[in-house]
Amino acid sequence: MSIIEIIVFLPLFAALAIGFGSPARFTALSASFIVLGLSLIAAIRFQTSVEGAFQFVTSRTLLEMGGFPKLSLAFGLDGMSLVLLLLAAIVMVAAIWIAPQETSIKGSARLYYVSLLLIAGGAIGAFCSTDLFFLYAFHELALIPTFLMIGIFGHGENRVRTAWTITIFLGAGSLILLVGLILALSALGSPTFAISDLVVMAQSPESAIPENSQSLIFLLLLVGFGILVSLFPFHSWAAPAYAEAPAPVAMLHAGVLKKFGLYGLIRIALPFAPAGAEKWLNLLLVLLIGNIIYIGLVTIAQKRLDRMLGYSSVMHMGYVFLGIAAGNTLGVSGAVLLMFAHGISIALLFGLAGWMRAQFGTLEFEKLGGLAKPLPKLALFFGFATFASIGLPGFANFAAEVEIFFGAFAGSDETMSWLRWTTVAALWGVVISAVYMLRAYRKVFFGPKSEKLQTPSDMEWTVRLPILLLLVTLVSVGFVPELLNQYIRPVVEGFFPVTGG
Amino acid sequence: MPVYYLEIIVVVVGLLMLMVDAFVKLEDKRSIAWIGMLGLLVVFGLLFKVEWPESTAGAFWQFYTSEDKLALYFKGIALLTTLVVLVMAVDHAPTVIEQTARPEPGAHPQAGLGEFFVLPIFACAGLMWMASANNLVSIFVSLETVTIAFYIMVAYLRRNVGSLEAGVKYLILGALSTGFLVYGFAWLFGITGSMQLSEIATALARPEINPTTALFTFGLILVALAFKIGAAPFHLWIPDVYQGAPLPITAFLSVGSKAAGFIVMLRLVSPFLASPALVGKVSLALVLVAIITLLVGNLAALPQKNFKRLLAYSSIAHAGFLVMALACSPESGKLTELSPAAVIAFYLGAYLLMTLLAFLVITTVRTKISGEEIDSYSGLAKRSPFLAFALIVAMASLAGIPLTAGFFGKLFVFKLAVDSQQWALLIVGLVGAAAGFYYYLKIAASMFLGAAPKGQTDDSPIPVSPLATITIIALVIAIILAGFNPGLILGLF
Repeated sequence: MSIIEIIVFLPLFAALAIGFGSPARFTALSASFIVLGLSLIAAIRFQTSVEGAFQFVTSRTLLEMGGFPKLSLAFGLDGMSLVLLLLAAIVMVAAIWIAPQETSIKGSARLYYVSLLLIAGGAIGAFCSTDLFFLYAFHELALIPTFLMIGIFGHGENRVRTAWTITIFLGAGSLILLVGLILALSALGSPTFAISDLVVMAQSPESAIPENSQSLIFLLLLVGFGILVSLFPFHSWAAPAYAEAPAPVAMLHAGVLKKFGLYGLIRIALPFAPAGAEKWLNLLLVLLIGNIIYIGLVTIAQKRLDRMLGYSSVMHMGYVFLGIAAGNTLGVSGAVLLMFAHGISIALLFGLAGWMRAQFGTLEFEKLGGLAKPLPKLALFFGFATFASIGLPGFANFAAEVEIFFGAFAGSDETMSWLRWTTVAALWGVVISAVYMLRAYRKVFFGPKSEKLQTPSDMEWTVRLPILLLLVTLVSVGFVPELLNQYIRPVVEGFFPVTGG
Repeated sequence: MPVYYLEIIVVVVGLLMLMVDAFVKLEDKRSIAWIGMLGLLVVFGLLFKVEWPESTAGAFWQFYTSEDKLALYFKGIALLTTLVVLVMAVDHAPTVIEQTARPEPGAHPQAGLGEFFVLPIFACAGLMWMASANNLVSIFVSLETVTIAFYIMVAYLRRNVGSLEAGVKYLILGALSTGFLVYGFAWLFGITGSMQLSEIATALARPEINPTTALFTFGLILVALAFKIGAAPFHLWIPDVYQGAPLPITAFLSVGSKAAGFIVMLRLVSPFLASPALVGKVSLALVLVAIITLLVGNLAALPQKNFKRLLAYSSIAHAGFLVMALACSPESGKLTELSPAAVIAFYLGAYLLMTLLAFLVITTVRTKISGEEIDSYSGLAKRSPFLAFALIVAMASLAGIPLTAGFFGKLFVFKLAVDSQQWALLIVGLVGAAAGFYYYLKIAASMFLGAAPKGQTDDSPIPVSPLATITIIALVIAIILAGFNPGLILGLF
């Protein structure tokens, strides 16, 4: 087995091992550390000079049948999937680390850790697959574990209802996506599922999808992927689900799994149906403004920290869509970088919120307050996470958002295109997110402390370490975006050979 | 070894079991089932050893297809199904004893149990023959062999009103559908002058065929076959019969009978589809049947509260997907391609794995939980994580979640629909698949999210017999492996 196959299958085998009785937390944590280590090795050995192509490629042909594309269990990494693999591995380690000890889980600890491993493993598999079928299939692996985790271990009265909502939304999204993918494959008449071959076919003029079908295909893919990313107006599943899910699940889902939809848009939808993308660009612009402004305002109105974080994660997806809509090297590489940065920062916030919920039993702003004095470490960490989420300089989010805004506004002419108007409107999103994050920070950490609120001792090392891991990542990428940009740039430049950037 | 020995051996095994039941003094009549399982296993092994005849001259080959790997595959399906049904029947034996015999003094306390294991064997022989039948006569005779065995098996629990009711319903409607079939066959003979399927195909393809009579014939046959496979609007017997029949027999009906029905359907419908004069109307009829079946099966499954009824509607829904595959491409192609025949064969293989797995778990837990309602499964995950896991795999596969065998079944069907541009079918199929997500997941929700039902005091783990454990593990592994690599099933035919 090559390194990448180990990365993909280790979480699944660890889940299997836990099913057969090996100690749950230990197995899950060691598996995730090994995955992180191997991903870092892959990142170091990755050759950034090679443009665009997949590296560490392995492929096992599974099915060759006339009338059906060749199916192979194929994995590989290019710069974009490498960055997302790193994101998945880091968040996976943090989420499993921060998960409660086996004894303090109400219910089956095995099920808890198996589900976490399957959610993370599904995301990793999807990012590493170079075969369209497995890209799709691995993502679905997370569906049932998420349902069970929210339904069994979630918080609040409505958790079963929420579990159903997210599952039905994501299931429906996946089905729409499936139709789009089948239509695209049929229109291409492709003999294979290999993504790179498909892209080559879709981009050469003689075998490209006819323009009128591109329009339908792109719309289906946009809606399908959009539901998975909580694109406005398909966002209503996200905030309640993240609020009521156990913290590690919220970290993995909001941080990693949701990026699958964006990854799919960049990897599949845009290259397969570029003409369709152009046609629906204005719709996308309207929707992403919905994400940024409308959801931004909804976020301000939230009265509970977990819901506010849920909505803020929906809102930030708007920026990524803006980067994608920009359609140039700078914008798209900003989008990929923001996927990473947002994934880490939202995982950080949900991790902290999860710890707070476990300590205080509530996350309602009304009942919290004045925590900065008794819990300085928490306040410090939360402050950093807040700044990152707003996108202050020094954090990865800043670098990414700057790239996106510059990319979306790029061009030498002086006419105001719709894209530019959208960018101008989207800039207000930064203000909105500053408003709600800082207000939340003030309500939780300053002001009078509620009498009833018990203050526990500050965060222990077992919680501090995973939080630090995330924070260090954010800051290092924030100061040296080149750490990741060196991987992203060659790929994205491959997408836009003519326009450059 | 000539291929037709297979059926003969199965019949001989059945007769042997009857003899043992009658003449050997057995402490526990369940040992009869062991003979049957052993025999079926041997025959299953022999499947890979058969030889095809050099010449197919002679009266026999009028009734029996020569070289035909698809027929072998369907024989394999029949054998495997019967094997798992016997495994279930052994577990189900206490219920059967309780609800059948009230033995006379001095008789064996298990009197009447032996035949419960023998009847599936004879039905299996019929199913296997059906897979190779290529003549109207042999199709009819093999179909009736199976159906008559099923009449008895469905009504086997004599002291259970539900079982008797199911038996009567099945008998009346089955007889009615047989009537349609015979009438259709008579017309078919009348318009083509042959009983031989190959000659019928040639005759139907002639341009001077009278389309009205041919379509009337097709209509009669379609009605009869729709009864057998449980396609709407002739599905009404299914929920009641499935709910009333003994559990192993429900599984047998749901898999074995459906698979056999579909191979007969493939053979009988393809001559009509191959006829240029008829193909338009015939595929339109199939499309309509598929649409109605998909809608009825999937939407009616949504509000079900009884697990067996839910599986009954799910079986209708899957029949809908299978008819959809049949309706999709007018020309029945070669097997190496993604033809309707190949898709149906794959789908049935996957369907076998997941449905039998579900029924196996249900049979195992049946006596230990309060009832057959979905609610009575709540809390099962805490009691028996292994069984809950197996059931969730079965449900995921039935729902068509990727990385299970069931997903490839649906993917192939959708691909066929796109390739043949059947957009209406595709949309209805998607609605069906989406509904399936919900009602299959309902089982998972009940098992994992619910607390144990009130009044249920026993929280001990449910005992699983070693044989059932092995079978469950094998089925789970097969479902997941085929979910990664469908070639494992596709390579078999």
